[in-house]
Amino acid sequence: MSRIIMGVESSCDETGIGLVRLHDDGTVELLADEVASSVEQHARFGGVVPEVASRAHLEAMVPTTRRAFTTAGLEMSDVDAIAVTAGPGLAGALLVGVSAAKAYAAALGVPLYGVNHLAGHIAVDTLQHGPLPSPCLALLVSGGHTQLLRVDDIAGKITEIGSTVDDAAGEAYDKVARLLGLPYPGGPPIDKAAKAGDPQAIAFPRGMTGPRDAKFDFSFSGLKTAVARWVEGAQARGEEIPVADVAASFQEAVADVLTAKAVRAATESGIGTLVISGGVAANSRLSSLAAQRCAEAGIELRVPRPRLCTDNGAMIAALGAHVVAAGCAPSSLDLSANPALPVSAVSV
Amino acid sequence: MLVLAIDTATPAVTAGIVAVDPQTGGLDTVATRVTVDARAHGELLTPHVLAATEQAGVTLRDLGAIACGVGPGPYTGLRAGMVTAATLAHSLGIPAYPVCSLDAIAAAAGPGEPLLVLTDARRREVYWAAYDADGTRADGPHVGRAADLDPGGCRVLDHEHPTPLGLVRAARESLLAGDEPAPLTPLYLRRPDATEPGARKRVTAP
Repeated sequence: MSRIIMGVESSCDETGIGLVRLHDDGTVELLADEVASSVEQHARFGGVVPEVASRAHLEAMVPTTRRAFTTAGLEMSDVDAIAVTAGPGLAGALLVGVSAAKAYAAALGVPLYGVNHLAGHIAVDTLQHGPLPSPCLALLVSGGHTQLLRVDDIAGKITEIGSTVDDAAGEAYDKVARLLGLPYPGGPPIDKAAKAGDPQAIAFPRGMTGPRDAKFDFSFSGLKTAVARWVEGAQARGEEIPVADVAASFQEAVADVLTAKAVRAATESGIGTLVISGGVAANSRLSSLAAQRCAEAGIELRVPRPRLCTDNGAMIAALGAHVVAAGCAPSSLDLSANPALPVSAVSV
Repeated sequence: MLVLAIDTATPAVTAGIVAVDPQTGGLDTVATRVTVDARAHGELLTPHVLAATEQAGVTLRDLGAIACGVGPGPYTGLRAGMVTAATLAHSLGIPAYPVCSLDAIAAAAGPGEPLLVLTDARRREVYWAAYDADGTRADGPHVGRAADLDPGGCRVLDHEHPTPLGLVRAARESLLAGDEPAPLTPLYLRRPDATEPGARKRVTAP
């Protein structure tokens, strides 16, 4: 008998409700993926404002849930379990989703599973590409996270291999976009501008790639400063800023480091599959360079479609389905959100 | 009719069940669960709701309506109560009536004399509202410095918490009339703390 799992996501600026069907053979089918985003309300601030995001979650929670059930053609009474992002994320934002999920679980009389947002970004790939091989490697890149993870069991065993020591990759995109007069969030406009530019025009630094640097950690703060120096130098000389070349060269530096480290980690650990997920996975240069380097190294590359890569409820429902299928114990209804939940805690 | 009362606008995490007599409008508190801990709203509210139903010997399915405090409240916890009320109402198919949390405190005190109700707004400010002797809100809700307030001849209710009885009493007219509830809109009274970024800082000397 298949089971319906509802997923609730509210860790940052997207209110997401997902519905999936967990089949008896363990496969997970996507039924609904509704997202309400407050990104436009944050644009003028140049980044996510936690209080603005939290207010938007409260407004969006019930309407987004209604839309998800309409899309799936299901009744709330069809739900067998509810999964919710327990962390990591913004405290006030997480609180809204966790409180909502608890109330839904109590009203429907179904078990609640507090799950890890980062693991959700990996689990979402199973909705598109089927079960994950064990082990596999995941590169998670977004506005808030940049991590290399070894996944032995999506429902229980995930180990961090490396992470950023300063800015997340997506944060660097936002800051460079601002420098170039491009809108927030910076990923899509930089990707677009870069298409007309020369990625070799400017040799921006590759952070954390020296012989004494941690092999699998990342740094994007120095790159961001290098771009700012270069732009200010050109301005001082009265030159027009070649936005396309700066964007392409910056993007090349980001994609180069991310893919080089991911492929190296997979090769050194003998792992044959790399999953790239998170908002930055939608970047065209990151995916093309990853495809090229994975092919050269004989590694299978899996990148979920862009809609699944950004924050959504389907990823939490998908992870919840794997956690349910693995027979993990549900969470207590006095579950607290944990803004700093480590990725090793897949469910709490 | 059994009404679930929820409020998280103050440091108290409040859930209770009040029986409303549809003929007389009489109110009877049948269960109350309150913990005063400003950091535990998200953690404790749903367990309190379930404990209250258990104490009342009923289930959530037996509830006819919800009365929910909508602030003003400074705590991120205000949203825990409101989203809980909104999602319970949605999934149980019952109405959720918004109640100004200060009105609930005044309603619990009962009419008879003019009242000034104050709750903590943090940042050395208070939320406040003034009530006539018949219980009607005459001024507020506002946020401001307590020192700037002149209580006049009002009895001052300072830093009390809304009770289930007060919440349901404040919503009683709408409940008994079976009105379509007003939207559950929080009374923040303050804009989010956020400033638009100024000019970017240079990284090189000009």
